[in-house]
Amino acid sequence: MAAAITTPKLKVATTSLAGCFGCHMSFLDIDERILQLVELVEFDRSPLTDIKHCGANGLCDLGIIEGGVCNAENVHVLREFRKNCKILVAMGACAVNGGLPAQRNHIDLRDILEEVYHTSPGLAQGSQIPNDPELPLPLNKVHPIHEVVKIDYFLPGCPPSGDAIWKFLTDLIAGRTPTLSHELMHYD
Amino acid sequence: MNPDMTEPVSSPLVSSTFTLDGDEIPYAPGQTVIQAALAAGKYIPHLCYHPEFKPHGSCKLCTVKVNGRPASSCTTAAQDGLNVESETPDIKDKRRTLVQMLLVEGNHFCPSCEKSGNCMLQGLAYDLGVMSPHFPQIFPTRPVDASHPDTLLDFNRCILCELCVRASSEVDHKGVFALSGRGITKHLIVNSESGRLGDTDFAATDKAAEVCPVGVILKKRVGFAVPIGERKYDPVPISVQTVSHTHKKETV
Repeated sequence: MAAAITTPKLKVATTSLAGCFGCHMSFLDIDERILQLVELVEFDRSPLTDIKHCGANGLCDLGIIEGGVCNAENVHVLREFRKNCKILVAMGACAVNGGLPAQRNHIDLRDILEEVYHTSPGLAQGSQIPNDPELPLPLNKVHPIHEVVKIDYFLPGCPPSGDAIWKFLTDLIAGRTPTLSHELMHYD
Repeated sequence: MNPDMTEPVSSPLVSSTFTLDGDEIPYAPGQTVIQAALAAGKYIPHLCYHPEFKPHGSCKLCTVKVNGRPASSCTTAAQDGLNVESETPDIKDKRRTLVQMLLVEGNHFCPSCEKSGNCMLQGLAYDLGVMSPHFPQIFPTRPVDASHPDTLLDFNRCILCELCVRASSEVDHKGVFALSGRGITKHLIVNSESGRLGDTDFAATDKAAEVCPVGVILKKRVGFAVPIGERKYDPVPISVQTVSHTHKKETV
């Protein structure tokens, strides 16, 4: 126990923006290695802790972002992470290059909303485009996160495998530049 | 190609070798630097080069330094005593940048692409350690053409290597494909009145149907027959595979 007390744990925050949570699920594929991980890190804002904002207790050492930026709320969350994390990582295809959500980029946003809420078959009577102040406004295009804030490291994959995430994190925690071998390097 | 090219040929006075990253590479008269290198088991990254077609020299991935000056190894004739550098940090950096520019210029969404795992652009990106797009995405609008009964064209992934253009005109003698426009607006077109593949005499058995290094020209109804993760470049890097494949062909 004494050794654990002398080494302060790194603070890690994670979030999913315009992603599918697949990267977070893949993160859990590190399986029992999560026990090793929690010896080295503590989680700040994250879907795992349900803490709503990061940096309440000082700067986080590491912020991990899944998903690209598709609406106004994504921009606010991403900026909060950049402001409160020393190192920011883009995890997964959507954060890295917009991913599948960005496949809507060649279609006009109004046309998409019209089709989804007005013209597609099987809609409820009187269905209309949602317009509630609680709902974040969608952006015209989906953007990779490095187009909005500075990103320090990129971890490709859809999702990156649990092994790739483990290698990446252990490299970072050990102070090395993360590298992936051929087996761990995947865009799909 | 001459299968005996690695044997000393004709005049013993002619050394017929050049150096590539310090290694002596034998060559046969008429071979280019990349042909001799691949035959000798040394990989030089490439996209628009294809052993069955005349060199094109457009993708620039095979750029090497020949006696200190940059040159495309697919269009440079092998000559005695050339000093060729390929795997230097500087050249690898430039190749990585080229791949990143190709990736942001089109819409390369690997997770939904049938070519993923069999794609040369992706394979090269893995090999060169492309972890990020680095540049802002252009997200161009490039509608797909599904008009042909057997073949799908997804222009989103085109890298303008012109292999389909060359295959269709030189091998199939159909001239189905061409490039149109200049600079960033340059794009692949289909030579028919409507501009649609379904209105040409293109057939799924054409040479042009099998040469695309990326996921533009795809066979219909066989999608994802081989699962992601079990495809060509998944187990072994493209660099290792290409030279062992070429080497096997040369030595058979």
